[in-house]
Amino acid sequence: MTPATTNIAVVQFPGSNCDQDAFQLFASGLGLATRYVWHKDTRLGEADLVVLPGGFSYGDYLRCGAIARFSPVMGAVREHAQRGGLVLGICNGFQILCEAGLLPGALIRNSSLEYRCMTCELRVEDAGPAFNPGALGARIRLPIGHGEGNYRIDEAGRAALEANRQVILRYCDNPNGSFDDIAGVRSEGGNVFGMMPHPDRAFERFHPSQDGLSVARAVLAAGSAEFARKSA
Amino acid sequence: MMRAGLPPNPDPALNRPVTLDLVRQHGLLPEEYERVRAHLGRDPTLTELGIFSVMWSEHCSYKNTRPLLKGFPTERAGATGEFGRVLVRAGEENAGIIDIGDGWAIAFKIESHNHPSAVEPFEGAATGVGGIIRDIFTMGARPVLVTNSLRFGELDSPSTRRLLRGVVAGIAHYGNCVGVPNVAGDVYFDRSYEGNPLVNALCLGTLRHEQIRRGKATGLGNPVYYVGAATGRDGLGGASFASKELSAESSSDRPAVQKGDPFMEKLLIEACLEMMAVPGLVVGIQDMGAAGLTCSTCETASRGGAGIEIELDRVPQREAGMNSYEIMLSESQERMLVIVQAGREAEIEGIFAKWDLHAARVGRVTDTGRMLVTHHGVPVADIPAPALTDGAPVYQREARRPAYLDETSRWTAEGSGLADLDLAEARAALPRLLSHPTIASKRWIYRQFDHMVQHGTAVGPGSDAGVVRLRLGHGEKFIAISNDCNGRYCYLNPRRGATIAVAECLRNLACAGATPLAMTDNLNFGNPYKPEVFYQLRECVAGLAEACRFFDVPVVGGNVSLYNESPEGAIDPTPTVSVVGLIERESHITRQFAPAGGGRLILLGGAPDEIGGSQFLGVIHGKKTGDAPSVDLAAERRLQGLLIGQIRAGRVGAAHDLSEGGLLVAVCEMLFGPGSPGADLDLSPMRMPRLDSLLFGESQGRAVVCAAPGDEAALLAAARAAEVPAAPIGEVTAGGRLSVKTALGPLEWPVAELRTGWETSIETAMKRPGLG
Repeated sequence: MTPATTNIAVVQFPGSNCDQDAFQLFASGLGLATRYVWHKDTRLGEADLVVLPGGFSYGDYLRCGAIARFSPVMGAVREHAQRGGLVLGICNGFQILCEAGLLPGALIRNSSLEYRCMTCELRVEDAGPAFNPGALGARIRLPIGHGEGNYRIDEAGRAALEANRQVILRYCDNPNGSFDDIAGVRSEGGNVFGMMPHPDRAFERFHPSQDGLSVARAVLAAGSAEFARKSA
Repeated sequence: MMRAGLPPNPDPALNRPVTLDLVRQHGLLPEEYERVRAHLGRDPTLTELGIFSVMWSEHCSYKNTRPLLKGFPTERAGATGEFGRVLVRAGEENAGIIDIGDGWAIAFKIESHNHPSAVEPFEGAATGVGGIIRDIFTMGARPVLVTNSLRFGELDSPSTRRLLRGVVAGIAHYGNCVGVPNVAGDVYFDRSYEGNPLVNALCLGTLRHEQIRRGKATGLGNPVYYVGAATGRDGLGGASFASKELSAESSSDRPAVQKGDPFMEKLLIEACLEMMAVPGLVVGIQDMGAAGLTCSTCETASRGGAGIEIELDRVPQREAGMNSYEIMLSESQERMLVIVQAGREAEIEGIFAKWDLHAARVGRVTDTGRMLVTHHGVPVADIPAPALTDGAPVYQREARRPAYLDETSRWTAEGSGLADLDLAEARAALPRLLSHPTIASKRWIYRQFDHMVQHGTAVGPGSDAGVVRLRLGHGEKFIAISNDCNGRYCYLNPRRGATIAVAECLRNLACAGATPLAMTDNLNFGNPYKPEVFYQLRECVAGLAEACRFFDVPVVGGNVSLYNESPEGAIDPTPTVSVVGLIERESHITRQFAPAGGGRLILLGGAPDEIGGSQFLGVIHGKKTGDAPSVDLAAERRLQGLLIGQIRAGRVGAAHDLSEGGLLVAVCEMLFGPGSPGADLDLSPMRMPRLDSLLFGESQGRAVVCAAPGDEAALLAAARAAEVPAAPIGEVTAGGRLSVKTALGPLEWPVAELRTGWETSIETAMKRPGLG
């Protein structure tokens, strides 16, 4: 996988509203070939990374991500993940991945019971060869924008997260009541990533930081060490 | 009668004879009813009476304000370069449109949802956001930002806290889900808004010139489509409800408040923009806002000089058994009327099927000039379309200068024996002012709004103006937007207060590095039948118009909200203005926050010698009196020119306009950014008739800028050349303290302490329980 041949697929659910943001992070931020995939499609086409963007899929009625996980496209996303393909869920995308069982845990309402939009300081955890403080720096800053980002997981799940180094990001000043300050996790296999903070709001010159670019690169690097070297 | 009536309505309940009592219940005067009969040449049916009552309400017809609004400039007087041309003028369509160059344009407008928010704050505010967003994408524009202008009573009242909590949650619920960033706003807290909060929402969208769509029904036989949500009984007669005073019985008007579904709106935006991008498919389009199906059909027909026929049986309905009166007057949300080129029905139906939305063919364009409505095969309304729009009555109401002005305008500090501050009192006054909710940080509010979605926000809420990067094809442009209106000034001097609102808004833009393009306004007033209220309205409109002409800023649209009264009386007159400006280059974007690395602070515009109408008088002395601060438009223009010139020259590290709370509050707000620096000020050389007016007076036409020491001399020279008074007043320090030398002695505060009070004031107040 090299930058010239890397294919990014951004899924559009009805109610996705950060689809353009995720698209531009990869297309204009990293200069990669990026395209949209409609939720009614049952195939992804050739994709190195599938991004589930933020928003309010299906209005987030019932429960965040609970309807989107039944969307026709999710079968293909699941197969892609099971084959070891890269998946990144941002905000609502993270909620969908948890609902779909592709990531452990669940996201419930913020402890304040209010939506929060602000920029957060995050601690980068050592979560493997691609995603670690060495690659990203010990601290990064990313915006959040969510009403339901309060991460929950049971004891057994927590032990597994610890044992497999699956926590990728933690809040320095917890904005939503998340268990153990968890802001993002990866799958045990290391190819599915989910995070409440928005790398897709941190890549332009006028954004609060440009740390979204290093997050995006780290996710891609998880699929290929070679990619990281060439895109550095 | 002159003509035979229509056949009986299929619903027997609608065959009641129209009596004067019924006419009154519909908010129409007996003479207005005679006018209805003259237009029809017969007695109206009950359905028709309902249609006239909503179309002739103030909300839809502007019957009490139309003559006044004619005073606004709707075009730019001076030459326009490659941008700034008005493409769609005020009153022509749902929103005005301005050229921003390179074939691109912006559509923007502000609208109120005051009465619904007073009765049902969450849904009222939510649907206000939904309605204004529809007004923008109806024009063919993609919505790229929203702002809010909010007014509440004081937060010590539990019912005010309930209203604030509900309104903020409602705006967040709708705006966050739809995915349009909320980048700026203004919020005031004053007793006059107790029980009658103001919720004004603005939306701005971008489009190519050739994408501009009109709300016109043309082309004989073209099909008329109804798209979006199904029609229910909610919001029945909302436009009439918005045109009367609130009373203790208003809560029984709850059915007149609509319920919003932001997910539906998001789908509707995407489907409509996709449809409008297909060349030649859409002939005309209009949202169903106030007065729903009624307004959209008669307005499109009237604008197109055509007629329109609709069959109510084909309208998607949420409830069984709705009659023609209910369907025509429903204000169910997220619905649009689309006139499509005949023969291309499959294309529109395909697009809406993709988005899983209704697209029902409900009628067709005719050449009769009439709006003909049938239900179960029976004509239930048959009205000349222009009778409902251009045929509405227009009134010139009686105006009388309110008696209170005799007292307040003569008030002076000296005359009333108001003692000046001593140093200890001045020390205590600053934190009290900073923590008054009107001045305090609005973080508790805006952190609940998504202000970053669409990844274009360069300056979010909390600075003088919001700044957004517009991605336009392969290019980009930056625009700034600010909302302003100090109702206290407008109460004390309606004409001058309105002028100040425009001047302050432009000053905010100048501080952000933007040159103004155009304005939208929301006139919030009490009952216009009261001569004193009408005087305030007339004078405020004159003040706005005068300032707009002076600065050559056209008004491209707006909204009027009257009857803003509670049993305690009318609100302070509040003509909210919002101006959009263009920033030439990204490097010119300027914030109000002093750089933590330090810099020289320079006061532009001179020292004040007045305290009337100030927030200081209100918070510290409990007085709303004196004249509004003086404003010199020519000096204001010189100041704004200087600010923009110096920003472009790269000499301004931060700029902040002086408004509520005066000089010391402005300096504090500059220190309350990232890094939280301190400042050493020396005001002892300044002319000082009174300490309170020097520190907290609100004379207009002033700003503080922060410049690097090496740029100070050039900046002062430029100010001299521009004839703008400029005084170096101190510097930004790393000390964590704000110290001020005055002729009476020194003052000092820890910045962290001031900041905490300012930052947490609203949050702390909101932790106390609200009602309900």
